Amino acid sequence: MEEPLRIIGDGVGQPDWAPPVELTEKDLVAMYRSLVILRTFDERAVSLQRQGRLGTYALYWGEEATHAGPLHACNDSDWLFPTYRQNSIGVLRGVKAATILAWWRGYGGAHGFYQVREHRVAPICVPIATHLPHAVGLSWAAKKRGDGICALTWLGDGATSEGDFHEAMNFASVYKTPTVLFCVNNQWAISTHVSRQTATPTLVEKCVAYAMPGLRVDGFDVLACWKATKEALDRARAGDGPTFIEAVCYRIGAHGTADDPRLYRDEAESERYRALEPLGRYRAYLQRLGALDDDQASDIHDEAKALIAAAVAEMEALDFPGVEILFDYVYASGRPDPLTEGLDELRSIERRPEVKPLGPQPGASPGDADPLPEGA
Amino acid sequence: MPRLNMVEGLNLALDQAMAQDDRVLVMGEDVARTGGVFRVTAGLLDKYGEERVIDTPLSEAGIVGAAIGMALYGLLPVVEIQFDTFVYPAFEQIVVHAARYAWRTRGEVPASIVIRIPFGGGVRAPELHSDSPEALFVHVPGLKVVCPTTPALARDLLLAAISHPDPVIFMEPKRIYRTGRDEVPEKAPLLLPEADGEATQLLSRARVARPGEDLVMFSYGSTVVSCCEAAQKLQDERGVSARVVDLVSLYPLDVESITGAASECGRAIVVHEAPRTAGLGAEVSSLIHERVMLDLEAPVGRVTGFDVPFPQFANEDDYIPSIDRIAAGAVKVLDF
Ligand SMILES: Cc1ncc(C[n+]2csc(CCOP(=O)(O)OP(=O)(O)O)c2C)c(N)n1
Ligand SMILES: [Mg+2]
Repeated sequence: MEEPLRIIGDGVGQPDWAPPVELTEKDLVAMYRSLVILRTFDERAVSLQRQGRLGTYALYWGEEATHAGPLHACNDSDWLFPTYRQNSIGVLRGVKAATILAWWRGYGGAHGFYQVREHRVAPICVPIATHLPHAVGLSWAAKKRGDGICALTWLGDGATSEGDFHEAMNFASVYKTPTVLFCVNNQWAISTHVSRQTATPTLVEKCVAYAMPGLRVDGFDVLACWKATKEALDRARAGDGPTFIEAVCYRIGAHGTADDPRLYRDEAESERYRALEPLGRYRAYLQRLGALDDDQASDIHDEAKALIAAAVAEMEALDFPGVEILFDYVYASGRPDPLTEGLDELRSIERRPEVKPLGPQPGASPGDADPLPEGA
Repeated sequence: MPRLNMVEGLNLALDQAMAQDDRVLVMGEDVARTGGVFRVTAGLLDKYGEERVIDTPLSEAGIVGAAIGMALYGLLPVVEIQFDTFVYPAFEQIVVHAARYAWRTRGEVPASIVIRIPFGGGVRAPELHSDSPEALFVHVPGLKVVCPTTPALARDLLLAAISHPDPVIFMEPKRIYRTGRDEVPEKAPLLLPEADGEATQLLSRARVARPGEDLVMFSYGSTVVSCCEAAQKLQDERGVSARVVDLVSLYPLDVESITGAASECGRAIVVHEAPRTAGLGAEVSSLIHERVMLDLEAPVGRVTGFDVPFPQFANEDDYIPSIDRIAAGAVKVLDF
């Protein structure tokens, strides 16, 4: 098996390669900033969940390079199709972090759903692989209109088992749509290891059957993720169709805050991967390059902390959603009669106190008091 | 007699079925190593091994389709769909194939599979983990649809479903998975593989969850529990004696029990969490009106989920029929 594309060395055995020539020092630092924002968001979300201020949360600690790298390769007009794992990607496109946090707090409506066209970010997709045909369709439409707009969509290793994945791959390659399918192979789908998910040694070879170009990169390396996506987008914009990218990494954290990986894997392995995590590794690389000094780095961290702290405050200041939220926008054309009747019925009943997200959730001991699911 | 919650009751049923009959196997996403996200299949891998307790790839159509093929060969697969909403990718396998195999082979090879689906809200789950899709399956000829409400019933029904020749959609109300404990007799109520008749009986009977005579509430799943509480509230506040009938079998409906209870009480409501339009409430209500209208003092009422997508969890208590809403619905019928 060929080694995945890697640019950032690990400071020990793996050598550094020069950053892609298209990237200025400013770009390199901007990418660092994105990683820091994503990391700060994620760590904060986990702690909010532990404090009972969010519901179950799907953390992505260690996978930030697979979010920020591809995003930075995109034009601002390109569309993004994230899953729950890339839940905060919209923040890098101007979505309020408070909105994403509110979504995890169980808020819908304007509190928890963002404006997708304004940000060119599709709603966070929960059912595995079901958003992939949408990314194909959107970019196909853009191609028909000659707009030079591409779609970038994420999927997990597990998602490659779903029919929708294969249907999306096929449509994309038949119609040569400007689509990038960015597959984060973190080696786990909840408790199922990728080796039980597929009999192929790699995921990238799936694209052979669709006559689609494929690239395999180090998913802990933000520059490798950037470079592969850039190459794919250039090809897409030139009219040469879709690309499948496999970013090999590891799900260092749990599947979600209700999951306990000790039940199904050796956590020593996860610890070994922790050393490869993308943020520290990129920072060390930038410092070896002389592109980032300590002051700059600490300013970036402070800024991210302030941004997320403000978002948390904003989320907590949101009014608890009223009952109308159930009935608004179910139909774009307004409320049909049954919905009006439903709202009237609900308003005639005294409302009980606000729902709080459940607090800390024991992963290992599914006690009677804990009806929470493990899946996200 | 062990006191079990519903998860443990279901687990016991699977264990007993697998011990009795080596054709029974369990498959689904994350069911083997972790024992399923709700732990219903916990411990089975160690007991029965990888050939019979299978972590599948992430593919609901594959899971159900492969189960149909195994059933054709004579095995008895019990598959788990991880959450309600994730059954939709398998919809075509269920509707087109599982439901029609008996018919298309003139009874020669029914698709004898059980599809377990944890369903419904109330556990503060993230978006798209709380649907109640049962009416979609009730509408498909060829499928049996059942829903247990107590741990003991869960054990017995699951065993019955496994030994039953028709495909069974086994709806598990996840909100009450762990909320109550029951004495579950260790002795299985029926033995594989020759339990067809008994199983069919078990799978088609409603049960009285609370006695009463002034009004009857028909429900199934977790709202049965809410109905019992609403009935208590009516008793306390108005001195009304409300009966609660747990439908248990959603297809076929236990027509005799339903019409009998409606006739005896003269007033009825139907309660479910799923959206109202074309839900089970519509079916139960028209059944009663068609058969025993002259015994009624008031039209049958409905207290249901709304015709809206299941909301984000902060609002799920607004959506799920609450005790207050159920009681108000009952009062409307009482005051008619
Ligand atoms: C259609 C569907 N089936 C099942 C699930 C439950 N589920 C949530 S995440 C997950 C594993 C996904 O694994 P992968 O695609 O590798 O993505 P990762 O979680 O590792 O990012 C499963 C089975 C789901 N969300 N959607
Ligand atoms: Mg994965």
